[in-house]
Amino acid sequence: MTGDPSSGGPFSGFDLVAAGPGVSRDDSGEAAARDRVAPGNPSVTALRDQFPGAVFRNEICAGDEDVVYVDPERITEMLGWLHNDPEQHYDHLADITAVDYGGGRPIEVVYQLWSIPHRAALRVKCELSLDALEIESITGIWVGADWLEREVYDLFGITFTGHPDLRRILMPENYAEGYPLRKDFPLRGRFSRAEQTRRALTQDPEDYYVPGEIAERVPQVVEPAAGEEGDAEGVG
Amino acid sequence: MASGTTEYAVRRNPEMGPDGTLVPSPTEPFDAPEPELGSETMLVNVGPQHPATHGVLRLVVELDGETVVSVVPRLGYLHSSFEKLGEYRTWNQIVTLTDRMDYLAPLIYNCAYVMAVEKLMGIEVTDRCRVARVICMELDRIFSHLLWLGTWSIDVGAFTPFLYAFQQREKVYTLHEALTGARITTSATRIGGMMADLPDGWTKGVREFADNLPATLDEIDGLLTCNAIHIGRTQGIGAISAEEAVNHGLTGANLRASGVPYDVRKDRPYYDYESYDFEVPIGCHGDCYDRYLVRMEEMRQSIRILHQALDRLPGGPMDIDDPRISLPTKTDCMSDMESMIHHFKLITDGIPAPAEDCWFSVEGSKGELGMYVVGDGGPKPVRWRIRPPSFVNLSAIPKLSEGHLMADLIMINASLDIVLGEIDR
Repeated sequence: MTGDPSSGGPFSGFDLVAAGPGVSRDDSGEAAARDRVAPGNPSVTALRDQFPGAVFRNEICAGDEDVVYVDPERITEMLGWLHNDPEQHYDHLADITAVDYGGGRPIEVVYQLWSIPHRAALRVKCELSLDALEIESITGIWVGADWLEREVYDLFGITFTGHPDLRRILMPENYAEGYPLRKDFPLRGRFSRAEQTRRALTQDPEDYYVPGEIAERVPQVVEPAAGEEGDAEGVG
Repeated sequence: MASGTTEYAVRRNPEMGPDGTLVPSPTEPFDAPEPELGSETMLVNVGPQHPATHGVLRLVVELDGETVVSVVPRLGYLHSSFEKLGEYRTWNQIVTLTDRMDYLAPLIYNCAYVMAVEKLMGIEVTDRCRVARVICMELDRIFSHLLWLGTWSIDVGAFTPFLYAFQQREKVYTLHEALTGARITTSATRIGGMMADLPDGWTKGVREFADNLPATLDEIDGLLTCNAIHIGRTQGIGAISAEEAVNHGLTGANLRASGVPYDVRKDRPYYDYESYDFEVPIGCHGDCYDRYLVRMEEMRQSIRILHQALDRLPGGPMDIDDPRISLPTKTDCMSDMESMIHHFKLITDGIPAPAEDCWFSVEGSKGELGMYVVGDGGPKPVRWRIRPPSFVNLSAIPKLSEGHLMADLIMINASLDIVLGEIDR
């Protein structure tokens, strides 16, 4: 056996492993040539000019992805402008999701936008503190936001005010264990296996087949948090 | 009254004429007064256990007679919480979760996931790996479209195309098996490369498949494309305009059938797709029939890409030459102490990713398949999110099917080409 790994051998020690991965080959010029959307999306500057004070910061992630952190109070206004303004024209809402970093840090709501005519991507993020998980729904701008917002509500517990049909979508409607994708949610759920089984067996299957569920599609009343009314008027 | 009934019965039932020919039933409508049927609607529960829902999808349908008044999809019967599971695994361990989501095109999901992670980590894979992944993705696009074609024709009432399509799918299964050892849950990719290099003769098998497929497609084309029943069941059914389709977030063939030429391979090219010669077919009516035509043409275009990729497949290593990412070979691990330690360290510690987030989307078989990965400097993701194309496509089904007949709802559902493993995740 050649033994001591620090003295050479096929790999020159484990400092590389400890250092973590970097760019495997130095071909940054080549990589930049392949990027279709040049770093520094002009929409970021335009958004700052249009909504002074509402853009908190912006950064470039993973080489070429523009991320904008905006004021959650004005999200519909800003996304509506990004959607309607002919210079921006972000007509394709690729995704809505949320990220919980754990440790009591705010949960980020992430909107992934794509402009089909301009071939540009923009990621808009809103930070919501854990005691005020509420943001305005953007279903009025993109109909496709409906289920995506329901999923975020289902798995993170973020309330989208003004959503026409905010119900759980992946988890059962009588799911009582909380919001599974939160970091404080244990992997196996909050209840024991026995309790989960008991709840599953005691629920009334008739509940799933009542004709009333069609009628229940009328907009669910979401009580706005105190002090929201004034802002709601300003949102176009 | 009695004579009227008799007369009607005679008119309705075809009979042998005096000269031995069959007298066809007349086509004039029965002009009896419309019966009073009341105005209440009926609730029909479609699924979750029904072959026409293409998985464990449940549609609660409100019917007025045979007309669909409203549709409420109920999801979650297959919910496996893959995104939560991923937060407890190292980056490479997640690969096995990705192919369970879309078991109809597992290689596309394997590739899309590692491509997102590689972008996050700033890894450039080898040229051979780039082309091999293009071959894998195009092969599975055909693989997925063939299943859609088979089930679509079953739903329209034609059994033969189903058998033809599944005969061809079987060949792709064999290719999967040769490549990875598994037929459905391939888990073929690793960060920085593939699970293994392409086996001997595999490219020959892919070439043979690509050579033989057009004949089958032509046969199915002949059976379906100009078939009066097929046209009657699908033309003008479930139509959606281009603006609405974009606003609903539709992607893939469902969007292109409405006339929007949005294809991630063309609009945000990855893996040198801009250098392949292929067309993006679009429809102009946005109905079920156009979605059928678009997918049929997409298979032919994928065959073109397959041929080009096979032609340009370079030699050389499959995995990147970076000991922080790539495992040593099995032979080295078994004969060399350093390699064994290296292997052990990589497997137990995982590969750390920078504290950043990264969105990467590819053109999956169902639509735009996005992967959003968030790292925190450790070997496990903080968040791993899949942008599920079927999930968003399915959300348009109430809009597409309201006002159509119950039987049309089945065709609309088939035309969206959904897979429940990915919708429920």
